[in-house]
Amino acid sequence: MNVTLKVWRQKNRNDAGRFVTYEVKDISPDASFLEMLDVLNVDLVKKGEEPIAFDHDCREGICGSCGIVINGRAHGPGRGIATCELRMRVFRDGDMIVAEPWRAKAFPVIKDLVVDRTGLDRIMVAGGYISAKTGGVPDANAIPIPKPIAEEAMDAAACIGCGACVAACPNSSAMLFVAAKISHLALLPQGKVEATTRVQRMVEQMDKEGFGNCSNNYACEAECPKEISVLHIARLNREFIKAKVL
Amino acid sequence: MNQLIAFYNSSIGKKITMSLTGLFLCTFLVEHLVGNLILFAGEEAYNSYTEFMVSNPLIRAVEILLFASLLFHPLVGVLLWIANKRARPNKYEVYKLNENAPLASRITMLTGGLIFVFLVVHLRTFFAPLRFGDVHPSAYRLVQEAFSDGLYSAFYIVALIFLGYHLRHGFQAAFQTLGLRSKKYIGLLDAVAFIFWFLIPLGFATLPVYFYFFFNSASTAAKAMGVN
Repeated sequence: MNVTLKVWRQKNRNDAGRFVTYEVKDISPDASFLEMLDVLNVDLVKKGEEPIAFDHDCREGICGSCGIVINGRAHGPGRGIATCELRMRVFRDGDMIVAEPWRAKAFPVIKDLVVDRTGLDRIMVAGGYISAKTGGVPDANAIPIPKPIAEEAMDAAACIGCGACVAACPNSSAMLFVAAKISHLALLPQGKVEATTRVQRMVEQMDKEGFGNCSNNYACEAECPKEISVLHIARLNREFIKAKVL
Repeated sequence: MNQLIAFYNSSIGKKITMSLTGLFLCTFLVEHLVGNLILFAGEEAYNSYTEFMVSNPLIRAVEILLFASLLFHPLVGVLLWIANKRARPNKYEVYKLNENAPLASRITMLTGGLIFVFLVVHLRTFFAPLRFGDVHPSAYRLVQEAFSDGLYSAFYIVALIFLGYHLRHGFQAAFQTLGLRSKKYIGLLDAVAFIFWFLIPLGFATLPVYFYFFFNSASTAAKAMGVN
């Protein structure tokens, strides 16, 4: 299949950036979106042009590296998928596809489709961990955890930190990301110990990074490749109120 | 104290201001609707109700809270809106929020803005004369005369539709922000939300419909037939 790709090209952080249109020919409908970019990049290199920079690593939807806004949707059309899992067959032959980087003040563009997501890392550094003593591996069942709680914590822990929630949110809010991390740890006995300081520090860092405020549009949940529920945001709010007011 | 200021200044703190003021305004809607429905009980009942509302000191005290909420809710809303616009200085070329978020959640500024305009007109039409003026011949007649104007009634109903959309998003969002939305209560919350975004605006809409179409019907029909 053939498609027309309108893609964001930006040399570096300081470049203003612009859209460039490419004709991409003879793409297998079973190719992933990233493989289509690979094919285009090979062509560009052959022509002596700069290939399109984009983040990628595992290419099986578990690492959280990739992330492109495709036709106005973070990770492209479809639910519960990362950009690497998006197949070209969802488009029609001859389609015009617009590919842009995540756009948020907190995610400055580094080059082309690559953005700086270290803001999310700094939120994790602020409190997204438990201060456990290192040493021997503890017995797996030393602390019993009810199955429903363990499942819910696991659902939150599925967050791969790709930043699609921020990209999809009309306010560039990182609430779903922070909520997933808070929820994951607050549900488990090991995480409860530092729950109060953790939520305050992580929210403070989130605000400092310049992410917007949640306005409960729930676009984040719709675009999350791990389909993390916005009910975790309610838990984040609950934890924050408990920590600050109660 | 510093802790409280820090709480308010956080993104979640501002959202909580929105939800608490919003929910307080929702409780007011219930009281207001009950009061309005007294219109169906007749002129005398409604006139004594408005007299009670104007003279009761407790109502006067709650009124201060009500006006504070009416000012704070839109004010904080606009401040958040501005901050949120700043969080994405470079816009998307294509952005399909409509495929990810329900309509009501995308138009809260628009619905809220129109409700605010409506409130200014509404307070001028009903609240100001009832509270500060001397209504002639009665409160009931003031309402009946206002709603006999088709344009005013239509404006009132359009504002109620916007209110419905505003609450369709706002009511559940308030509970989400307060951290009270959970798997356990989501069903109950949706049911109560339905009362607020659908039944309450519908209840308010019965009044202009009644006064415009049914209250005057006898005299209008007589006029149409050339009988004065």
